[in-house]
Amino acid sequence: MRRLIEGVPPRGLVGLAALCLALIVGPWVANDYLLTVLIVILYFAYTGQAWNVMMGFAGQLSLGHAIYVGLGAYAAAALYVHFGIAPWIGLAAAIALAVACGALIGFLAFRFGVAGVYFAILTIAFAEFARIGFDHFGWVGASSGFFLPVANYAHNDLWTLRGNPTMFYYVMLVLTAAAFVLCRILLKSRIGYYWQAIREDEAAARSLGIDTFRYKMYAVIISAGMTSVAGVFFAFYYNNLFPEQVFHISRSIEMILGPIIGGIGTLFGPLIGAFLLTGLSETMLELLGALGLDVPGAKQVFYGICLLLVVIVLPEGVWPWLARKLGLAEKQS
Amino acid sequence: MAGAQAGTRGKAIMSALLTIDAVSKRFRGVLAVDQVTFEIGSGSIAAVIGPNGAGKTTLFNMIAGVLAPDRGAIVFAGDRIDGLKPDQVCRRGIGRTFQLVRPFPVLSVEDNVIIGALLHRNDPAAARRRAHEVLAQLDLFDKRTQRASALTLPDRKRLEVARALATDPKLLLLDEVMAGLRPVETDRIVTILRELNRATGLTILLIEHVMRAVMALAERVLVLHHGAAIAEGAPAAVVREPAVVQSYLGAEAV
Repeated sequence: MRRLIEGVPPRGLVGLAALCLALIVGPWVANDYLLTVLIVILYFAYTGQAWNVMMGFAGQLSLGHAIYVGLGAYAAAALYVHFGIAPWIGLAAAIALAVACGALIGFLAFRFGVAGVYFAILTIAFAEFARIGFDHFGWVGASSGFFLPVANYAHNDLWTLRGNPTMFYYVMLVLTAAAFVLCRILLKSRIGYYWQAIREDEAAARSLGIDTFRYKMYAVIISAGMTSVAGVFFAFYYNNLFPEQVFHISRSIEMILGPIIGGIGTLFGPLIGAFLLTGLSETMLELLGALGLDVPGAKQVFYGICLLLVVIVLPEGVWPWLARKLGLAEKQS
Repeated sequence: MAGAQAGTRGKAIMSALLTIDAVSKRFRGVLAVDQVTFEIGSGSIAAVIGPNGAGKTTLFNMIAGVLAPDRGAIVFAGDRIDGLKPDQVCRRGIGRTFQLVRPFPVLSVEDNVIIGALLHRNDPAAARRRAHEVLAQLDLFDKRTQRASALTLPDRKRLEVARALATDPKLLLLDEVMAGLRPVETDRIVTILRELNRATGLTILLIEHVMRAVMALAERVLVLHHGAAIAEGAPAAVVREPAVVQSYLGAEAV
């Protein structure tokens, strides 16, 4: 525990505590609409964090992370609908399936030297395989969709994940906080140092005795497993799954915009990015709606503008800049 | 500085730590390394010299596991290591630097060295202590919080040595670590390396063009030309051999 906060300036800890508190009491003051926005923000903060393990820490660009969300979602949903297995048990199956898939992609790529752009293309290819495959997978509804019995919002059942948005909000909050802590632990241990070495210069990393194949596999497996947990949440929160939506490449892209804008490879990047992107785009949509304007694709244009601005003005992302401004840049001991 | 001959310290004959036995490597039509045989005694400092394209770096890369020899054997501490991968070679106890320095640019100097030190230490705190020791030895302790990319070339060269040293190697391979340095910087590294060799018994193999450093450090020198060994022995003797003068040093060099 002490090592976790080592090197963090006191004002940073105060800020973190304030943020936690705000997120905990958030639902008491937020209306229904705001609550659903907060859930989406946390969802993207969590998936961004999971993606960041692979790209931000280990330097392996995945553009097909929707596959892990989808596999997790379908695995837990199918077990629940067909066999009545609770999502928390289905979660184990979801993680196992995503990890196996990640391990397969990782093995193929790293064993046969598929790297850089070609690795990214491989991840897209697998997500597309999954999308097309599930389009024809009748057991889970194929292209016409797979539906969970809609929740009775009157009472919350945490065990079967049936309940109102407030419950889902706290589930997502716990997941996001857990992912944050896990990533901090990983970054501060040997595996985190080794990932960064691989990200910076793989040949130099190998010359220092790092088994780069093994550590890249760890990155993919951990990232895939974490992402699949978000998939289980997705299935039980939205109660419907369509391959065209779940596995679509735009889902993968949405997931990585947060960390890119917030700051790749940083712990706060995915969080900040999710707040900025989702928060601002929802605000913009509300404003457009209030003005009586219906602009299809406005959100995508907004995402594009955000990306452009960050790439031009803050290529490292918002968080490294913000941390310096606030005097929170972590002190090197 | 260069007057103190390293070879005159009167060491007893030591067992070979590294044995290169009739090693060859061919790239298509080019025989880059041709039946080279060389031995490096435990605790000694040796150098490989020769003109550009002589096969020095190829030989080096075969020792470090980047390339596998076509023929011949490389034996380190009693075990065959030819054909092993670079990370396996490093775990056996061979550290290396790169001819074109490649520190991890966005990481701090300290983190660069910690990554090396983690090879034999699971705990980052222990690795940091080891990194601090090594950084002090290499005159980099005061710069430990800087980004590696912010360092000057001489500092980056020493950082590479520090990072490799942090893996606790028995043999340190240095690929042109003095190239591009001013004489005063060269002497600084020479002093550091000699002190490391003296204090810890570290065995060092240099590839070097800077004869000032070779003469000051090496007990034995191997001269390569077109992939083949054309001379071998104490540096003072080797630099007088006609074949070496003609192919590499030039008539007026010595």
